[in-house]
Amino acid sequence: MVRLPFVTAATTLLSFGVILGFGHLRDFFRRVLHSLHFVGEPAGGNLKGYAPICEGTDDFYVRRFFRRVQDCFERPIASKPDAWFDVIERYSNDNNKTLHRTTKTSKCLNLASFNYLGFAAADEYCTPRVVESLKKYSASTCSSRVDGGNTLLHVELEELVARFVRKPAAILLGMGYTTNSSIIPALIGRGGLIISDSLNHNSIVSGARASGASIRVFQHNNPAHLEAILREQVAVGQPRTHRAWKKILVIVEGIYSMEGELCKLPEIVSICKKYKAYTYMDEAHSIGAVGKTGRGVCELLGVDPADVDIMMGTLSKSFGSSGGYIAATKEIIHHLKHTCPSHIYGTSMSPPAVEQVISAMKVILGEDGTDRGAKKIAQIRDNSNFFRSELQKMGFEVLGDADSPVMPMMVYNPAKMPAFSRECLKKNVAVVPVGFPATPLLLGRIRICISASHTREDLIKGLEVISDVGDLVGIKYFQVEQDRATSVQNSETEEASVNNPRLLC
Amino acid sequence: MEVILPIANATAAAIARVSAAFNAPHARAVVFGIHIDGHLVVEGLLIAAILFQLSRKSYKPPKKPLTEKEIDELCDEWKPEPLCPPIKEGARIDTPTLECAAGPHTTIDGKEVVNFASANYLGLIGNEKIIDSCVGSVEKYGVGSCGPRGFYGTIDVHLDCEAKIAKFLGTQDSILYSYGISTIFSVIPAFCKKGDIIVADEGVHWAVQNGLQLSRSTVVYFKHNDMASLASTLEKLTHGNKRTEKIRRYIVVEAIYQNSGQVAPLDEIIRLKEKYRFRVILEESHSFGVLGKSGRGLAEHYGVPIEKIDIVTAGMGNALATDGGFCTGSVRVVDHQRLSSSGYVFSASLPPYLATAAISAVNHLEENPAVLSNLRSNIALLHKELSDIPGLEIASDILSPIIFLKLKKPTSSAVADLELLEVIAEKVLKEDSVFIAATKRSNLDKCRLPVGIRLFVSAGHTESDISRVSTSLKMVASSVL
Repeated sequence: MVRLPFVTAATTLLSFGVILGFGHLRDFFRRVLHSLHFVGEPAGGNLKGYAPICEGTDDFYVRRFFRRVQDCFERPIASKPDAWFDVIERYSNDNNKTLHRTTKTSKCLNLASFNYLGFAAADEYCTPRVVESLKKYSASTCSSRVDGGNTLLHVELEELVARFVRKPAAILLGMGYTTNSSIIPALIGRGGLIISDSLNHNSIVSGARASGASIRVFQHNNPAHLEAILREQVAVGQPRTHRAWKKILVIVEGIYSMEGELCKLPEIVSICKKYKAYTYMDEAHSIGAVGKTGRGVCELLGVDPADVDIMMGTLSKSFGSSGGYIAATKEIIHHLKHTCPSHIYGTSMSPPAVEQVISAMKVILGEDGTDRGAKKIAQIRDNSNFFRSELQKMGFEVLGDADSPVMPMMVYNPAKMPAFSRECLKKNVAVVPVGFPATPLLLGRIRICISASHTREDLIKGLEVISDVGDLVGIKYFQVEQDRATSVQNSETEEASVNNPRLLC
Repeated sequence: MEVILPIANATAAAIARVSAAFNAPHARAVVFGIHIDGHLVVEGLLIAAILFQLSRKSYKPPKKPLTEKEIDELCDEWKPEPLCPPIKEGARIDTPTLECAAGPHTTIDGKEVVNFASANYLGLIGNEKIIDSCVGSVEKYGVGSCGPRGFYGTIDVHLDCEAKIAKFLGTQDSILYSYGISTIFSVIPAFCKKGDIIVADEGVHWAVQNGLQLSRSTVVYFKHNDMASLASTLEKLTHGNKRTEKIRRYIVVEAIYQNSGQVAPLDEIIRLKEKYRFRVILEESHSFGVLGKSGRGLAEHYGVPIEKIDIVTAGMGNALATDGGFCTGSVRVVDHQRLSSSGYVFSASLPPYLATAAISAVNHLEENPAVLSNLRSNIALLHKELSDIPGLEIASDILSPIIFLKLKKPTSSAVADLELLEVIAEKVLKEDSVFIAATKRSNLDKCRLPVGIRLFVSAGHTESDISRVSTSLKMVASSVL
């Protein structure tokens, strides 16, 4: 849980107030100057007689907030997103309104990419096979899976994914976002109820809205609230008609990417079983990254995969490829293959990307004949726990559970976030600031993603830079408590040593 | 005696006052010929009684919330539907599995077949130069990009690809998406919100329908590719309605419709758009790299300047033989999507080798315009050969690379039609080693156009391939239908 000190909340609100005030002031002057014909239409402005394509108030946030910090986002890179990568330098002549590329790059430590097991780098097992499949199958099949885009690789990967996740069958889809937004409407429709966690990802929200079912939200990771909602909804039924719900689907995520927390899966699964609701788990960040053999949150928390009805995951984070999958019983997968629109209409996954996932999974399972997979999983666990404990020792406020490779560091203040990001970039460390609207207004944070390809030296260098910049920007919120704790300890030892001189020797 | 007298005097005075009030001249009234004395007092008492009754709470039966035990019982009784319906016998989509690249000739079950099921219009699958550039890209950048565009997932090949496409089409800027169908269903909700008006063709494919549904705008459909219907719909929506000038209005059409192979008449649409002041969103997945003198799409084909089309989207999984999609338009249109398009912001970016493949494909198209003439001659030849198949007729336009064959005498249900067409497709594959595909529909798809068999013509097909497919279809269709 986030503990927001009162002074920090007050200064953050003040910060936002100042930015908002200046934004409105500038808008006011622009309107005045425009009416006096000193300033023309905004760029690409409205054609005569047409309503403007973007309303003035719609993009107030973009023009007055986001443009100031635009150089911290969409930074282009010129190499693999590995542990160290080349960030292309950009410059701006008009206060961040337009950014121009240069040819200069700087080698930075990558604490931002979702490269949990290090498969973004060239791998001795995966890369030759990917190149071979590229030469054999070409970059694309130009067809959907049900027409002419089904290759041997796709069939092999579906079986392998089902085996990896320990479910009877699986279906492969070309993109993680489309997986959620087109599978949920195929499973549930009008007359059904979706209960989703309040911090679920945008793709789940879009899929839930497209399905036409009623949606209720339960407090983040709070099984008691989920139970209360389930009891109330089953007893009351559909709104207005009070007929019984056709089915209830509870949607949670394995690791929440903005909090770094694990889902409380055992409690949620037992509640769903008791009230006969179906569970849908989105393992985008946890598959391959947590668990003793990388099989995700079920393995980590000791939940039987058969208890979770639908397990969804993406292949772009831990496996260094692209795409998504759903694993469930044979009947559900059969049904989805006949109704899911993105399976029927979308281009099938690119064959080299499929081969990359097949090879990566074989490495993780140890089927390539080495134990590199087990080493990678152990490495990311050690790296995450080391980094998190060191950051906490330094006095930063770090969220997330143990073993989770995603660690957000609270910054709160909207001015400190771009400052932190720019100072870190000057010292060759790349981090990601995340603020409103992806997080609540007052709770801006820096999100760090650890990879198995980071060595201990890389992490120590990263820690040094973060500590320096943290001091400069002033976000070590727990420093005072640390100092007080250490000073209490020191005074105790001093007292003890005064009373007992022998302790000093 | 001294006590009684004042009390008697006080009561007498009170009685005298009350009777004075009763007997005062203004306290006498004549109602229906009856004299009433002291009516003011009586009315005052009545008003007091009415006010007293009004101030009392009305009777409501007490609300009894459900007890915990009752909720438990209800929860035990409730039986949900199964998550998926039971498998119906005979309902199976059995797709053949390819054993090598999906070029004009491919291998299924060890046999070599002629492939008309891949939208490989320019024949770029298997092109050596493109594969070499992809191999170089995989070795330099790896396979995946491991992040969304906003968080270090932007690789220089993405920016190069966007610039290349914008330069090729002559627009100001373009933006890349990581999956073909996600392009249109992210673009539409980014620009159309609740309260806006969209006029769309009824034959648009599922991805467009999904975008229209997610946008929450008012959607009005017009008859498939019928310009008179479009004109009358636009007239009805804007006639006399002053309010429509303040809200954003869009026309959504596809250049070549996936569900029928028809080509949209762009010049007519632009004329209507300018007359009624609507904006146009054009979906060019199947016309980019196909129509137009140099393959620049529908606008070049009709000689319309590209600036007149507000938003152009296309999936790159067809002519460009790669994956992903792009959207192009003015700087304001493209910039707006970088922050508000959900498929761009919340999704991992396109794998870099696919962006490299797109750049190489566009280069190839610019350097070898002969592929377009090959494609056009193949389409014309196949169109001619398929014009006299028993039981099937061509529903697509003569320029369309998708040749859409529908049943001359359709049965009453689309499912039965589809089964018949699947039988034809299977026989054609088994007996003559020609791979074609019948259109499959999801039950979430709202399109009501007839199902059919689609043949995707490629510039890599030879004349013998074309004659093989036409003879095979003629034989099988006459035996089945």
